[in-house]
Amino acid sequence: MRLVVVLAVLMGVSGIPDVTISPPTASADTSAHPNSIPETADESEQMEGAEEDVMATGELNPNHYPARRAAQVVQHYLNTRYGSPFRLIGVQTVHSGNAEDVTDSRRKYQLELSVNDIISNTTQTCSAELSFTKGKGQQPPEVKASCEELLKIDIKAQEEALYQKYKTSQTLMSAQYLPDSHGHIKPDMEPFWHLGILASSFIMLNESTENTLYNVAQVANITQLTTEEDHLEFDCHTLLHEMVSQEIIHWKMLFTWSPAEGVKVLQMKRLPHRHEREKSPKTN
Amino acid sequence: MLATMRELVACAVLFVAGLGKETFNGHQVLRLVPKTDGHLSLIRDLHNMIELELDIWREVRDVGSPVDIRVPGHKLKIVKRYLKTYDIQFSTMIKDLQVLLDEEQKAMESASARVPEPRNTDNFDFFRYHNLSEIYSFQDMLVAENPNLVSKIVIGQSYEDRPLNVLKFSTGGTNRPAIWIDTGIHSREWVTQASGLWFAKKIVTDFGRDPKLTAILNQMDIFLEIVTNPDGYFFTHTNSRMWRKTRKPNPGSRCVGVDPNRNWKAGFGGPGSSGDPCSQTYRGPRAESESEVNSIVKFVKSHNIKAFISIHSYSQLLMFPYGYIRSRIKDYTELNNLAQKAVTDLASLYGTSYKFGSIINAIYQASGGSIDWTYNQGIKYSYTFELRDTGQYGFLLPATQIIPTAQETWLALMTIMDHTLKNPY
Repeated sequence: MRLVVVLAVLMGVSGIPDVTISPPTASADTSAHPNSIPETADESEQMEGAEEDVMATGELNPNHYPARRAAQVVQHYLNTRYGSPFRLIGVQTVHSGNAEDVTDSRRKYQLELSVNDIISNTTQTCSAELSFTKGKGQQPPEVKASCEELLKIDIKAQEEALYQKYKTSQTLMSAQYLPDSHGHIKPDMEPFWHLGILASSFIMLNESTENTLYNVAQVANITQLTTEEDHLEFDCHTLLHEMVSQEIIHWKMLFTWSPAEGVKVLQMKRLPHRHEREKSPKTN
Repeated sequence: MLATMRELVACAVLFVAGLGKETFNGHQVLRLVPKTDGHLSLIRDLHNMIELELDIWREVRDVGSPVDIRVPGHKLKIVKRYLKTYDIQFSTMIKDLQVLLDEEQKAMESASARVPEPRNTDNFDFFRYHNLSEIYSFQDMLVAENPNLVSKIVIGQSYEDRPLNVLKFSTGGTNRPAIWIDTGIHSREWVTQASGLWFAKKIVTDFGRDPKLTAILNQMDIFLEIVTNPDGYFFTHTNSRMWRKTRKPNPGSRCVGVDPNRNWKAGFGGPGSSGDPCSQTYRGPRAESESEVNSIVKFVKSHNIKAFISIHSYSQLLMFPYGYIRSRIKDYTELNNLAQKAVTDLASLYGTSYKFGSIINAIYQASGGSIDWTYNQGIKYSYTFELRDTGQYGFLLPATQIIPTAQETWLALMTIMDHTLKNPY
């Protein structure tokens, strides 16, 4: 069996089926480097074959992608809860993790991770618990995490100043391509880039599964709308990058923000890809 | 405040490049003139109807102040009916936006041709992202300035007939063992082509000054393909910043392009690539169908490559085979240890943290990838990088980060090249 596999590999045979490959004698992997991603010595993981959606169970290698994807979901969750034009949260490292099947259709993760506020550059360790459902009737993941240390940096003054400036302004702001093709953003537009990311975090959280990793590729357009209420209101078009499929997905959102309430998404809509629109011109 | 038509259209061109939409065929720009306060709210309501996909070019201000909106072709009827129902005066400013964009594009191209270009590579601004013709010029200048070290080899043509240029850095000999580095196989990963330019300059600068690099070049050649996907790269400048694939049309499909890093003969067709031409990871009709890939295959088979390094962005990872199956390569321990050393050296400069390991464990399953093929050809030191960052800017990495990224990556490359030199096989 192994000889056949080796031959097949050397000939670059296309479409290798899901082959169960016995791992070679695992050489003593003495590297304790925190960033190392050892081909796990956990035999059961390898024996399950080469499919993308075979799920790692038990102790997770914090440097393999399953832990990374779960951590990204936590990031989106934290941004929906704690994010602000002046506080944007990113995953720094996953320290440890654990995954288990709870039922046939539900999987639970536990993570210990470090996150940081990108703007103030402060780091905090948090624990998080996530639950993914899979199969039909896919639902958004459920996340429990608390990272209250992130709230210690006082941004109230900046938030109030931003709010007042755009609440009382005679003209409604509008910005495109944050960042632009060259990665540039005008400094006074940065809070709106952050707002676009925060609003998108609600979508990214909803859309995440164990087989996705979302980032905001660009805020294509963010336009302030008039409103009588005690918040700012925006119409926003963002491009999300999904790492596993490498697709760029367009979403349009209507959301509000105030220092008191944070971001609230009122409407969101996925825009079909150009080629999808062309296929069925009669729709809409 | 009054934007001229030219400015508006220039905006639209940038919008196209940033947005990923490729055409505005049939889109019109209408100018509305609200005569009453009622009209103002009606127009705002219109804009709030997300399903109409309107794009405001000049915002609602007050009575009498024009409002300009871009309307997709298939929404024109609804929008015009709405305006007529409420007696909102409007006129057609632009009848077909795409026509105007095409004309503007031609004008921009001829305008940029008049901008003075650097006369030599010492005046080349590495802190900027450059377009394709600037990169081609750089390559020719570098060769002209360093005739004893650098030459240019055209290894093939892209689908749209652009030259596939490889810079050869060599101190002589015949068919010496060599190192291959490619950047820009996925065109939207701009920091990679930008880093490739910097690497090229670094090599000529350090040769004869840096003992390690000089030792390498005294015995080995370095081949560097900076724009591995020139059609895609051109497209990211003119149409869609987020374009990844080649630009070859797919018969029977509206969708263009093949993912050049799913087109290699290693697990071709497996999970981790797509059979849908519209997908970003479309593998192509058959392995090596893309000339951009095929040219490298022919080159590798006719040269003595000992290390093959393919550079991508983003995610901050250094990976080795396999991507298409989970089993360990024979040289796992050596490649893993070398990767560990390389990322440690990379981090020594600015503290940038990279993870490392096999592709399938580090990032995802990918079939038909370049370094899986090269490894199976017997090129032991087959590596792929994912450069900065980890998602905050992603593909749109600020130009201010180009040089730091290139500098730290270079340390990792030197580690790999040095090891290759000292461990002949």
